[in-house]
Amino acid sequence: MSRIFNYKNFLKLNSGIMLLLVAITLFPFIYMLAVSFSSSRAVLAGEVIFFPVDFNFTAYTHMLKQSQFWTAYKNTIIYTSVGTSLSLVLTIMCAYPLSKKNLIGGSIIMKVIIFTMFFSGGLIPNFILIRDLNLYDKMWAMVLPGAISAYNVMIMKTFFQGIPEELKEAARIDGLTDIGVLIKIVLPLSKPIIATIGLFVAVWLWNEWFISLIYFKTDAKRPVAMYLRNIVLGAMNTIKNGKEVDSTAAKTVPQTLQASTIMLTSIPILCVYPFVQKYFTKGILIGSVKG
Amino acid sequence: MAVNDSIIDSKTQRIDLAKDKAKVKKKRNDRKLMFRQMKKDYRLYLLLLLPIIYFIIFKYVPMYGVTIAFKRFKPGGSLLSGEWVGWLYFRMLLKDSSFWTAFKNTFILSFSALIIGFPIPIIFALLLNEVRNNGRKRVIQTITYLPRFLSTVVVVSMLSNLLSPSTGIINKMIEFFGGKSVYFMNESSWFRPIYIISDIWQFMGWNAILYIAALSGVDQHLYEAAKIDGANKWKQMIHVTLPGIMPTIVITLILAVGNTLNIGFEKVLLMYNPNIYDTADILQTYIYRLGLASSIPRFSSATAAGLFQAVICLTMLWTTNRLAKKYSDYSLW
Repeated sequence: MSRIFNYKNFLKLNSGIMLLLVAITLFPFIYMLAVSFSSSRAVLAGEVIFFPVDFNFTAYTHMLKQSQFWTAYKNTIIYTSVGTSLSLVLTIMCAYPLSKKNLIGGSIIMKVIIFTMFFSGGLIPNFILIRDLNLYDKMWAMVLPGAISAYNVMIMKTFFQGIPEELKEAARIDGLTDIGVLIKIVLPLSKPIIATIGLFVAVWLWNEWFISLIYFKTDAKRPVAMYLRNIVLGAMNTIKNGKEVDSTAAKTVPQTLQASTIMLTSIPILCVYPFVQKYFTKGILIGSVKG
Repeated sequence: MAVNDSIIDSKTQRIDLAKDKAKVKKKRNDRKLMFRQMKKDYRLYLLLLLPIIYFIIFKYVPMYGVTIAFKRFKPGGSLLSGEWVGWLYFRMLLKDSSFWTAFKNTFILSFSALIIGFPIPIIFALLLNEVRNNGRKRVIQTITYLPRFLSTVVVVSMLSNLLSPSTGIINKMIEFFGGKSVYFMNESSWFRPIYIISDIWQFMGWNAILYIAALSGVDQHLYEAAKIDGANKWKQMIHVTLPGIMPTIVITLILAVGNTLNIGFEKVLLMYNPNIYDTADILQTYIYRLGLASSIPRFSSATAAGLFQAVICLTMLWTTNRLAKKYSDYSLW
């Protein structure tokens, strides 16, 4: 018995499991990629598994001719870049003062901020707020409500606190103000955390569609994730009710088109993360150290 | 005796008075110091100004806005308007059978997702930790957390593609082995398994990062010591590795329990349709339909349902935290 379950055999089994997990993770991507380059006929016949059948670019050229797709894509790029910069600036503005241990009232402010992680007004009060603020159907509705998250503030604050106090003190003696210290000393040392949080926010904004579903009535303001949703919902032929119905959702779309849209919308964001991934572990760990 | 007592009394009184005076003086001094300190830090407060305004407007005003659950909300009214009607909307909700369906579904879906989904990243991290080749380890890790970066829309699109009754690869396989094709996305009994499995697919690798980081922090000397004591690999895992990552597990569990009911709203909204409401409709989709997706929006009822859920979440978070504190010494606060 123990000979079968010895460590060596376990290692072999383990490599098998890991290989299987990698395969399962990658399969949907490979399948979608293959479908996007295949002909509709081959897809309908179920001939496509790993490799494209009747290799062609029709789905992509068709997609790229859609003006709506381009508008949506441009919107997503705008939302992601504006939203991420705004979020980073505000998060830094929030986290830096709170990282000072002797800031009077700092711990109370931090508690007030952390509470928002556990309780919120919910969907309806937020919706009415956006309407009250006159942000309904305005592009700002996409970036403003989620500009700062308590979790990100916490992670960044912890990182700032980890920067040696002597360094900041020395800079202050050299005549820098608090803001000078932030810009000249703290920020250059905080690239890892800025990259991590920036990527978190960028991924979230890139993938966001629900905000645009409830806050926008104009199609021209919709991001690309929403465009994809309409295509897929049309294809799923879901029975829709009330406001969910919109013009683009009604028609059925071939699977090759769906697949090419999936590829075009997710590849850019997947391309960003290898550059930032070395910072993740550190960033996430820091956030978890203190709740 | 009485005279003596009174002398002592007056003495202590005098001492107390002096103490009080000193206290007041100290307090005044402290306050002066505090103001001086705050004045010195005015730049920091200026920096905080915008973020604080943000939190007040976008987080705390909606929190106050939950009061419209207790008010008769007029269409076009503002968050702060409306006449108070007490628990009227809650009583209406509790009589609504689809509310109870949503309530039941929320609990079943979130708890089965938690029970199945929570241990898997831990097991994965433990297994990955045994992969000795560092390069291979990194490649596996990078690939497994890739799906975390996909939009819910993309994941659901992939699901609908893979599971499509006529062209989906899964059904082609079932047919190949002589089975009958299943319209997975349109059958109540399949909703929960599909939801949970796809969630594991998307987040297993990502959720494991924390544990992998924690594992690398376990003191290597402890393993040496365990080996000398004659512990085999399995015993080392039980007595060294698991206790080493226990704090991380407990903290993650508390947060996960506190958030269970909040999971997957967008995904359910994309996946469900009226045919599968009996298993797929959760509180948040119910709120969405009630408040935003219907032609006659019922803001007050929807807010009441939202508040109902938020209070349950908060209670669960608080309870788990207490239990964790009592039984494991690790807690959020």
